[in-house]
Amino acid sequence: MQNSRQELDAILSKFKDRHGALIPLLQEVQLLEGYLKKETMKYIADQMSISAAEIFGVATFYSMFRLKPQGKHVVRVCKGTACHVSGANVILNAIKEHLKLEGEEDTTEDTMFTVMEVACLGCCSLAPVIMIGDQTYGKLTPEAIPGVLNKIVG
Amino acid sequence: MSKIIARLGLGSCGIAAGAEDVWVELKKVINDNSMPVTMEKTACIGMCFEEPVLELSGEGKPKVMLGKVESKDIKGILDGYLNDKLEYGNIILHEHEEAVHNELIANQQRIVLRNCGVIDPESLEDYEATGGYQALRKALSMKPTDIIDMVKESGLRGRGGAGFSTGMKWQFAHNAAGHKKYVVCNADEGDPGAFMDRSTLEGDPHAIIEGMIIGAYAMGADEGYLYVRAEYPMAIKHLRKAIADAEAKEYLGQNIMATGFKFELHIKEGAGAFVCGEETALMQSIEGKRGMPTIRPPFPAEAGLWGKPTNINNVESWANIPWIITHGAAEFRKFGTEKSPGTKVFALAGKIKNSGLIEVPMGMTLHDVIYKVGGGIKDDKKFKGVQLGGPSGGCVPASLLDTTVDYDSINKTGAIMGSGGMVVMDEETCMVDIARFFLNFTQNESCGKCTFCRIGTRRMLEILTRITQGKGVMEDIEKLEQLAVQIIKSSLCGLGQTAPNPVLTTLRYFKDEYIAHIVDKKCPAHSCEALVTYEIVPDKCVGCTLCARKCPVNCISGTVKQVHTIDQSKCIKCGACYTSCKFNAITKD
Ligand SMILES: Cc1cc2nc3c(=O)[nH]c(=O)nc-3n(C[C@H](O)[C@H](O)[C@H](O)COP(=O)(O)O)c2cc1C
Ligand code: FES
Repeated sequence: MQNSRQELDAILSKFKDRHGALIPLLQEVQLLEGYLKKETMKYIADQMSISAAEIFGVATFYSMFRLKPQGKHVVRVCKGTACHVSGANVILNAIKEHLKLEGEEDTTEDTMFTVMEVACLGCCSLAPVIMIGDQTYGKLTPEAIPGVLNKIVG
Repeated sequence: MSKIIARLGLGSCGIAAGAEDVWVELKKVINDNSMPVTMEKTACIGMCFEEPVLELSGEGKPKVMLGKVESKDIKGILDGYLNDKLEYGNIILHEHEEAVHNELIANQQRIVLRNCGVIDPESLEDYEATGGYQALRKALSMKPTDIIDMVKESGLRGRGGAGFSTGMKWQFAHNAAGHKKYVVCNADEGDPGAFMDRSTLEGDPHAIIEGMIIGAYAMGADEGYLYVRAEYPMAIKHLRKAIADAEAKEYLGQNIMATGFKFELHIKEGAGAFVCGEETALMQSIEGKRGMPTIRPPFPAEAGLWGKPTNINNVESWANIPWIITHGAAEFRKFGTEKSPGTKVFALAGKIKNSGLIEVPMGMTLHDVIYKVGGGIKDDKKFKGVQLGGPSGGCVPASLLDTTVDYDSINKTGAIMGSGGMVVMDEETCMVDIARFFLNFTQNESCGKCTFCRIGTRRMLEILTRITQGKGVMEDIEKLEQLAVQIIKSSLCGLGQTAPNPVLTTLRYFKDEYIAHIVDKKCPAHSCEALVTYEIVPDKCVGCTLCARKCPVNCISGTVKQVHTIDQSKCIKCGACYTSCKFNAITKD
């Protein structure tokens, strides 16, 4: 805890007095802590003399910021146009089924996976596409999903 | 044996198709057999559907390009090429002989993509070897106003969507009062189904940077920003390296090419918000705020970033600049049409054979783009429409395939040129569902500032959803049209002003599909789940039990070697039985 507070302070001092720094600052904090905790946002507000409302406003505006803890592996399922016409829904259903996620749930019970829908990963030629961590998987079929996910868990 | 070069495409698409494994295998085979082969990296050549793509060349040997290369093929390929006995099933380009995609390249005109898939994007030397930074040298010897005149004469129009004259915009920023000015590159690429800018950023980052330095000099700016989508990690990595290399060589910095001209360039990563592609929202986002569009005027050229005069151009617009400076406006005008000179990069995706990145002269017909360059429809199905311009654009039907690609002709169809996304749709794509898809997107991405955009798009989405579920009524069509007009009229920025376009164009060209959903409760493309019925044809069913085992809700009954039946009341229309049946015994209607 002590350590992470120090790391957090290091990030804050790096961005102090730089104009327009709130977004990159929050990006780094999220990288450090996994998601944006309420306490952390309050702490940043105090330290940086920005209102907590402004920080919360920015954090909720951009889809990249997470306000809830997320799984160890983030599975981004592309729901862009090319993937949509190539059956992205079927892929998403297969993933949720394999990970036993129901309804609006996005993180598995064992917190191994968080499933997220994104609009276009820029690999539209390989539609339907998903990205796990930094690795992109293209030309997917629902049958291929269990294999891809099982390989990640190892 | 003469020395040969093996060049592998390691762009995002190549890597997604397994190019990294091929790279490791190449290295191993070359070392283990002490082959006289040099390995080089490049980015995306545009033939994404053929990735991983390997190019071989060498003195006295034809340049060849091989598609869908796998690790197991490497040894055979290299042995064959070295001994002039190359045998490989998928030679996609050949310098001297017939090859599958010679025509694909022959019909293109590559200005923006001139170096993509040719040079190593992480090597400044490679870029310089193609004449890189010579345009900057030339520009720095010219008067700023002469550069602006040249860009005006070239007729270059903004490639980010709206097609406004780049030279005019530069003139406004140049004329604006004040010493502090900014230039910005819009690399937010928000259209979901487009990847032109990603490929250029990954494949030729220096071209964009050189364009920006030239622009900064012409407009009198000393600082610039590249606003890049966070979903593009490789693009960001290549840009960072390119900026550092350019600084080391004094193409960027305090005393550029010893002329005393100063220019600093920063990267800003986006954080996921489509509206931030809109220029005023983008500037809010660079300033660290919520990306909410602001009213224009004042235009960015008068009061932009931190209130200073700012010029924003799209990636592709910037990448055209060095070429125009080097070759001149007249040369540029040799391509394209009178009102839309030059070329346009398109990202072909969807139900098309040659899915990937292409660059063609403006004025080519959509038919030629799709059939000559794109190779036609996947699995030779029937073409239904092509979506241009993403969520702000529209679907152009088969009857209008003679439309030429230039800003004005495409606008006439009700679609827009947009940034270059072209998603091809076939008989299995439901146009009502496509309209619903885009409204879902814009509804989600509306920043919420304007009531009509925020709530109007939601109402449209509800109506469209209803129709795709078979619960629509005829009055819904009228309501959609009314809402569309109101949203267009009462929205502040382009997001709302164009959000109804996908609905309006599908209503204009594919109204019969709306009516089929509403009146007949049928989806002609068999795509809307709620409106399809799966049935087993007794004559064809052999009773293999496969479908019953695949059914997730156990609604198929029957025993071995007996005809099976589906309990329609329990069926969730997932289609698992339909795709699993090996005897075509299940129909979808
Ligand atoms: C909702 C919305 C999203 C936009 N997204 C982009 C984008 O992703 N990339 C882009 O270059 N322009 C985008 N634009 C257009 C920009 O506002 C602006 O016109 C463009 O960056 C100007 O550059 P250009 O003159 O070189 O085309 C968008 C506009 C709107 C209204
Ligand atoms: S639409 Fe899925 S990667 Fe572009």
